[in-house]
Amino acid sequence: MTATSQKAVDKFLEVIDSDIAAFAESCVHCGECAEACHFYLATKDPKYTPTYKLFPLVKAYKRHKSPISGIAKMLGFAPAEVTEEELREWEPLVYDSCTMCGRCTLVCPMAIDIAGTIRKMREGYVAADIVPDGLVSAAANAERTGSPMGVTLKALSAQIKHQEEATGIKIEIDKKGADYMALLSSMEIMGFPEIIGAYAKLFKQAGVSWTISSKAFEATNVGVQIGSGKMAKMLVERIVDAAEELEVKHVISPECGHAYGALRWAGPNMVGKEFSFKVVHIIELLDQLRREGKIPVGEKDTRRMTLHDPCQIIRRGGLLQEPRSLLNDSCSDFVEMEGAGIANLCCGGGGGVSANPRAEELQMAAFSKKLDQINDVGGVEAVVVPCANCRTVFEDGLDEFEADFEVIGLGELVADTLATK
Amino acid sequence: MTFLQIVEGPLFYIAAAVFVIAALWRLIGIIRIGHKADIAPPKGSATGGFIAGNLRHFVPRKSFAKRTWIHLVAGYSFHLGLFVLLLFAAPHIDFARDRIFGFDWPAMPRWGFIVAAQFAFAGLIMLWVRRFADPVMRLISDWDDHIGSWLTFLVMLTGCLALQESHDALKAIHMLFVDIWLIYFPFSRLMHALTFFLSRGYTGATYGRKGMTL
Repeated sequence: MTATSQKAVDKFLEVIDSDIAAFAESCVHCGECAEACHFYLATKDPKYTPTYKLFPLVKAYKRHKSPISGIAKMLGFAPAEVTEEELREWEPLVYDSCTMCGRCTLVCPMAIDIAGTIRKMREGYVAADIVPDGLVSAAANAERTGSPMGVTLKALSAQIKHQEEATGIKIEIDKKGADYMALLSSMEIMGFPEIIGAYAKLFKQAGVSWTISSKAFEATNVGVQIGSGKMAKMLVERIVDAAEELEVKHVISPECGHAYGALRWAGPNMVGKEFSFKVVHIIELLDQLRREGKIPVGEKDTRRMTLHDPCQIIRRGGLLQEPRSLLNDSCSDFVEMEGAGIANLCCGGGGGVSANPRAEELQMAAFSKKLDQINDVGGVEAVVVPCANCRTVFEDGLDEFEADFEVIGLGELVADTLATK
Repeated sequence: MTFLQIVEGPLFYIAAAVFVIAALWRLIGIIRIGHKADIAPPKGSATGGFIAGNLRHFVPRKSFAKRTWIHLVAGYSFHLGLFVLLLFAAPHIDFARDRIFGFDWPAMPRWGFIVAAQFAFAGLIMLWVRRFADPVMRLISDWDDHIGSWLTFLVMLTGCLALQESHDALKAIHMLFVDIWLIYFPFSRLMHALTFFLSRGYTGATYGRKGMTL
């Protein structure tokens, strides 16, 4: 065992709790999970079977932490030590071919949370410094600026200014005592800045007091994607500090998949305390404002639309009905794709895969399954994608496969179909 | 003491003791590893999720049924057939009354035994054949999977041979395999029969807190 593999194994053993132990003890190697994995479906390569991706961690558990490890070692049927070669061989399986979408859990007869376990397994890889270059540079950017794309306050300010000019609404930065502090993802700021204008329009209409922090405007948590607990915590703390400083009551998680889970569900556990504010997802908030009659719908969009379910918001986030309610209100021809909802297919680029250039070909293959699913609906003119990362994956994929439909964010659609006063 | 008396007497009690003690050791060991308390404000109940997760995963999900029907048919066929045989075969009830509980319950008729055995054998053979015929299962299967399948198959096969209880040798061979199976069980992947509720439950609890059933 080398020092590198020792570091990985030590971390594996540290992160294995009773949940992961139960998963490792319960897998019967039935292989059903392969049938839920978009990487396997796209390639038919058995190595992309989700449970296979966990093998090094399970091996370390069975050798060192299982309740029968001692007797297994004594009788000679404990697995061998995890080697550095094995770890390196598994690295593309752990990082390139798992978006931590969690679809495999649905089909697993034991309900094994493979996505959550991959997330923990990546901590071992970070400890051993066996991480894809793309994610390393995203992590370096995040450490320096808070943003994986290196988006600075200057860049954000420029985008806010453009949106103020476009909407004629003033957007206040660092407004102390605001009810809501909105977070954005780098992808939104640089690729889809219209969402900032959409917030301004919607919140003005609803009479919501909101702001953006100059110190913590980024929601993306690359620490969660790469598997660095330390970095994930640091990025959450940045948001917590800013929210406490501005004394806001709520923090809005944007249309970004993993950011919601990182802040809403993992955040308090990372920083070790309950937040003094509530975390709400923008979709949750818009749905609430719509039900309260504060953002009534005007003229509906008449295009034939379908909804992509971002895994971390829907399947792993629990916001299943809210986007559907908003879309039903805003669109006169909303049609669901087959398998929509909790079991919907991932876009192929979550969990840091889209930030990993080495995985590009595989990601595109996985996206082709998503495209098939949309094409099967027939006549779709626009797909609503309430996650900026998924949206970027869609746009790249549509270019690659020369598909002809528009990709739009949900917040923008709600803003565009808002009844004018 | 005859060979039959040994395998259904002291050896059986030793095997049963190993089964109970080692299985409890393993289950309690998993639970004792523990996990950190989740302090994120919940939207729903973790306990409710634990139960719901267990129940929900008994029912195949429509979205995947087309792709996984072989496993669903074989899996349910094997497990249901096996449980019916184990709990309602007349010789098993007699054995349980005389050797373990001291009371009995109604047995199924002989034709019921035949039907249940056919379901159990068909399912087990289908699952085992897939272990080497299907590329995914071939890659992820190991010696433990094969030994577990073979031992269970031999227990069932020798049980059928001993059904008439006409030859002590056949009954003794069946009991010998039962004893081996009982000793092997808690150290193998056969333990999934007891750990599944933890796996489903822990995932269910996580999602239950999020206000959803997965």
